[in-house]
Amino acid sequence: MDIKSMKNYLYWLYCQFELITCSYLMEPWEKLLFYTFNITMLAMISYTAYIFIPVHVSTAFQFFLHLLGNQHENTVSIVK
Amino acid sequence: INHIVHNGGLYKRPFNEAFEETPMLVAVLTYVGYGVLTLFGYLRDFMRQWKIEKCQNAIEREEQKDFVPLYQDFENFYNRNLYMRIRDSWNRPICSVPGAKVDMMERVSHDYNWTFTYTGRVIKGIINMGSYNYLGFAQNSGACQEAAAKVLSRYGAGVCSTRQEMGNLDKHEELEKLVARFLGVESAMAYGMGFATNSMNIPALVGKGCLILSDELNHASLVLGARLSGATIRIFKHNNMQSLEKLLKDAIVHGQPRTRRPWKKILILVEGIYSMEGSIVRLPEVIALKKKYKSYLYLDEAHSIGALGPSGRGVVEYFGLNPEDVDVMMGTFTKSFGAAGGYIGGKKELIDYLRTYSHSAVYATSLSPPVVEQIITSMKCIMGEDGTTFGKECVQQLAENTRYFRRRLKEMGFIIYGNEDSPVVPLMLYMPAKIGAFGREMLKRNIGVVVVGFPATPIIESRARFCLSAAHTKEMLDTALKEINEVGDLLQLKYSRHRLVPLLDRPFDETTYEETED
Repeated sequence: MDIKSMKNYLYWLYCQFELITCSYLMEPWEKLLFYTFNITMLAMISYTAYIFIPVHVSTAFQFFLHLLGNQHENTVSIVK
Repeated sequence: INHIVHNGGLYKRPFNEAFEETPMLVAVLTYVGYGVLTLFGYLRDFMRQWKIEKCQNAIEREEQKDFVPLYQDFENFYNRNLYMRIRDSWNRPICSVPGAKVDMMERVSHDYNWTFTYTGRVIKGIINMGSYNYLGFAQNSGACQEAAAKVLSRYGAGVCSTRQEMGNLDKHEELEKLVARFLGVESAMAYGMGFATNSMNIPALVGKGCLILSDELNHASLVLGARLSGATIRIFKHNNMQSLEKLLKDAIVHGQPRTRRPWKKILILVEGIYSMEGSIVRLPEVIALKKKYKSYLYLDEAHSIGALGPSGRGVVEYFGLNPEDVDVMMGTFTKSFGAAGGYIGGKKELIDYLRTYSHSAVYATSLSPPVVEQIITSMKCIMGEDGTTFGKECVQQLAENTRYFRRRLKEMGFIIYGNEDSPVVPLMLYMPAKIGAFGREMLKRNIGVVVVGFPATPIIESRARFCLSAAHTKEMLDTALKEINEVGDLLQLKYSRHRLVPLLDRPFDETTYEETED
C-alpha cells in the first residue's frame, strides 16, 4: 500500500518536473536529448562534488584554525 | 472585503478588484521553461535550415532569399517553435450551437500539431466555459429563434447594400430606436461588425490635432481605430486614475507637442470590462475627471452590456451613473445578445454626424435581418417587454453564477484576476507547458475552456479564461469546479498565498500611483 502511494507520488513529481521544464511539450527525441544532457550534467556535478568538497572543506578548516592562532598547530594532524 | 469610502464617496458600492502578484518562484520557473523551449527552438531552426529536418512552416521562395527576411522576427519564431506545440487547444471545431453545452469534433495530430485529421467522432455535451454567452441567448430554439426564422422567411438573409445606399431596412430603424431606449440615450446606430464599429468610427470622431488617452490594455479594435485616426495617442496605466489625471493635466498645460496650441479634442478610451483581466473600469472617477478637465469619454461596453447592472444595462447602471455623462457609448451585440454587430449610442447630433461620416455606414454592409430580429427579441426580453420575467431572471442568474464561481475558485487557492462582479474569470497558469496541459486535461474531462498565452497577454502571465453564462446551471458549475479542482491538483496550479492585498485606504493624491500597498 505504501509502495503504491509512493510510486504515485514519484510519478506526480516527475509530471511536475516535466511541466516546469516544458519537456511535456517536446517530441520524444527532444526529450531524450534533454534528459541525457541533464543527467550528464548532474552526474558530472555530483562527481566533482564528491571528489573536491571534502578536500576543500578540510583545507578551509585548517586555514581558519591557522588564522585564529598557532596554539592549535600541534594538535592538528596535517593530511597529505 | 473592504468597505472603504474613498474618492469623495463616488462609489455607491464596494469596488473589489484584486490582481495578486506573481509568486517569485513561479516567475523564475516560467522563465526557465521559456528558456528551455527557446533553446530547443533554436536547435529546431538550425536543423530546418540545414535540411536535417523537414521544414513544415512557411519559408520564403528561393528567389526571395536575398530580400528582407519575412520570418525571422520573434513573433514567427514563437509561432513555429512554441505555439505549434500547444496549437491543439485553439481553433477547435464545434458543431452545435455554442450554448451552455456544446458538441465538438474530435481531431488528432500525428505530426505534433502541424496537421490535424478528424477521427469522425463528435464529442457531445462538453460544458462550454469559453463562449461569450453571458445571458444564455445563444440558443437554437425559443422565442428568439422563432422570431428570427420568421424574419428570415420574409426578408431573406442578405442585405446586399451599404447602409447609405439601399441597405437601410425598417428593421434597422426599429433596432436603433430600441437600443437608444435600452441604453437611456437620445439616439443610436447599429453596425454589422463589432470590431469595425470601433475601428471605423474613432477616425470619424477624432483626427489630427486631437489627443486620445487610451488605457494600457485596450482591445485591438480600439487601438486600430486610434491609430487610423491620426490623432496623438497617450497611454495611461490600466485602470489607474492617477496616471490618467497626470496625463490630462499635462495635456491641458502643455498643449500640442510642437506648437503648444490647445488640443482640439481630448478623447478618453476605456472599456467596460477588460476581457483579459476581468477588471471593471472605474467609471465614476473617469467621469469626474472628464468633467473636471472638459474632455470626452468613449466607453466600449463590449463585454459589460447585458452582463452588469441590476437590469443588464451595462456598467453605467452598475455604478448608478447617468448615461448622458458618457459621450459615446459603444457596445457589441455579439456577447450578451447572441447575435453579431455593434452599436454606438449618444446624443442625436453625434449619431446623425456618424450616419453621414462613418466609414462603416458608407462602405460596410448593414446588419442581416434575422440577426437584427435576434437582437430585438433578446433586448426586449432583457427589458421585460415581452411580458415575461425571463430576462430579469437571466441577469440575476448570471450575477449569482459569477459570485459563486469566483468565490469557490478563490477558496480552492487559484490566483484569479479581476473584479468580483465580472463574469469573465481569468485563472492564472503562468508556465507554458501548463497552458497546453490545462486545455487538454479539461477537454479529457469534457469541459471546454479557452487558454490564452503570449501575445494576447504578457509573456509570463498566461491564463485560462472562463466566461460564465446565465445558461449554466449550478450542477454544471459544480461539475466544472470539481474538474478544475482535480486538474489544479494534478498540474499544481494553486499558487495563491491568500494574501488578499486590500486597496489603499488613504485618500489618493498626486504621489500615489499604485493601487495596492505591499
